[in-house]
Amino acid sequence: MNIVVCLKQVPGTTKVKIDPQTNTLIRQGIENITNPFDTYALEEGIRLKERCGGKVTAISMGPPQAEKMLRDAISTGADEAILLSDSAFAGSDTWATAYVLSKAIGKLTPCHLLICGRQTIDGDTGQVGPELAELLELPFIAYVSKIEEIDEKHIRVRRMVEEGYEIIESPLPAVLTVVKEINIPRLPSLRGLAKARNAPIPLWTAETLGIDKSMVGLAGSATRVVRIFFPERVRRSEMLPGDLESQVDTLITRLREAKLI
Amino acid sequence: MEYFLSEEQKTLKSLARRIAEERILPVRAELDEKEAFPWEIIRDLANADMFRVFIPVEYEGLGGGCLDLCLVVEELSRVCSGVAVSYAASALGGFALLEYGSEEQKKKYLPDIAAGKKLTAFALTESTAGSDASAIKTTAEKVSGGYLLNGTKQFVTNGGEAELYTVIALTDKEKGARGASAFIVEKDTPGFTFGKKEKKMGIRASSTRELVFKNCLIPEGNLIGKEGLGFIMTMRILDRSRPGIAAQAVGLAQGALEAAVEYAKQRIQFGHPIFAQPVVQNMLADMAIQVEAARALTYATARMIDSGVRHFTEESAMVKVFASDVAMKVTTDAVQIFGGAGYMKDYPVEKMMRDAKITQIYEGTNQVLRSAIAFELRKRKATRE
Repeated sequence: MNIVVCLKQVPGTTKVKIDPQTNTLIRQGIENITNPFDTYALEEGIRLKERCGGKVTAISMGPPQAEKMLRDAISTGADEAILLSDSAFAGSDTWATAYVLSKAIGKLTPCHLLICGRQTIDGDTGQVGPELAELLELPFIAYVSKIEEIDEKHIRVRRMVEEGYEIIESPLPAVLTVVKEINIPRLPSLRGLAKARNAPIPLWTAETLGIDKSMVGLAGSATRVVRIFFPERVRRSEMLPGDLESQVDTLITRLREAKLI
Repeated sequence: MEYFLSEEQKTLKSLARRIAEERILPVRAELDEKEAFPWEIIRDLANADMFRVFIPVEYEGLGGGCLDLCLVVEELSRVCSGVAVSYAASALGGFALLEYGSEEQKKKYLPDIAAGKKLTAFALTESTAGSDASAIKTTAEKVSGGYLLNGTKQFVTNGGEAELYTVIALTDKEKGARGASAFIVEKDTPGFTFGKKEKKMGIRASSTRELVFKNCLIPEGNLIGKEGLGFIMTMRILDRSRPGIAAQAVGLAQGALEAAVEYAKQRIQFGHPIFAQPVVQNMLADMAIQVEAARALTYATARMIDSGVRHFTEESAMVKVFASDVAMKVTTDAVQIFGGAGYMKDYPVEKMMRDAKITQIYEGTNQVLRSAIAFELRKRKATRE
């Protein structure tokens, strides 16, 4: 079984800064970690491989330093890792990111299962997984907390919903996003670390993937971050004069004016 | 201090530290309280290839030496020496096979030890044979089909949890120590049962148990080396393993020092952190000096052993004695710096102090090892090149 796990490198600290020109995160010079939700995706991929055989390929779209994260993935059990990096990808929103990932996955056939974390801790949108499924025209299951059955043709999973869980069956290939309840990610092994130190991490660029540059980066992004800011909370208070009846009348008029009632 | 570790050794040390901090730290108080064997952590260590460290490459190990093993033991002990000793004892139990086992025995057992599938234990001590290890009474009588073991071993680390036991028994009672031989005994061999599980002052996560042999028949092929070499093999194995106890002591002392420094910075008395008191500074400085000296001697001894020298009885006794005395002193002082809080189980230093005591006792009491050092001094008339 060939399993592809999508990983993202995210800022490991809370001291992130925003580029005022592009309104995206400045990733240079910040200590980066693997998005914690993605570590569950990777662990589940490795466990499935150990159970059913096959291989796990970790892929990430990101700046060149994301290679370190991919080496970490190999140290814990990923068989190979591919970095998708190109200056043209910079500033991609979730849709453009999913597009790049889908192009890479298209080259990794046959792929039986794609696993992503439920969301990232920086962007927090949770959109790349479902968008990837859409672009690849594959079934999608979100918030998977347990894989109950799997073979090369089908999968049965438990997925978390607000008041409990659902059991869902799907044909494979499919895309899953997983929640942290699914497993406890392992630590690297010494042999894994030794392997990771020298493992080749192929670099796939827009050209490798045959991508039209207008489809990716800021140009290919369907969404545009206009401004990132802390919402200002302004509180005003005002004492309404008069007797109770006129106070109520004024209050209702004010609320109507403010379109709150 | 810069110890010029190789890249591999740095990786090893940092991974061992990560396991200690992420997996052991959250459960160490509970393991200590419940005297629970740390199976989950043993599995984590196995998955991280830690049991491969001391096994040669040809038997699916990583081919590390004494120093590599010491680095792992030190890092684990910094957080919990009860867990560390369960790991280290598995190396000790495997040493006889590693050093004196036949090719067939090595092929049969070492890969499983390397994978962490089977823990090992070393069984020497008996109720009448502690420091005087030559006084053992357990016998291995040659019979058709193998050896018949009879006797009781005491205080066996990893007893009951290990799958493989290196057992020292007399094949010739008349010859005393020269009649001792080493055997590999598998758990679940008929006639082999476990006796009392000891309740201990410290290293309570580790298992310490009696092994009881009643007409336990083991195959002839389980003899390690030759008949009559058991005692001399034991002495050499312990020379090799003692730097591991020193590493355990260094780790313990390091953990206690760090805890004491943190506490002294935070604890306010007379309007200032107690770190500002010269008397506390002196204590902490002395602790730091002792820890670093013990570490330097441990690494130096381990490197000497790894260089392939033949005789290191004296050096390995010195490092064990020195580091374990340091651990006792430093952990006691750490409790002192914590004051009343240090005496309470809510803080980690009382456990460290309890854990430290055993390092002065096992694998040769510091008294018997000082005798051994003195014996060497007399032999070479104290001249040294």
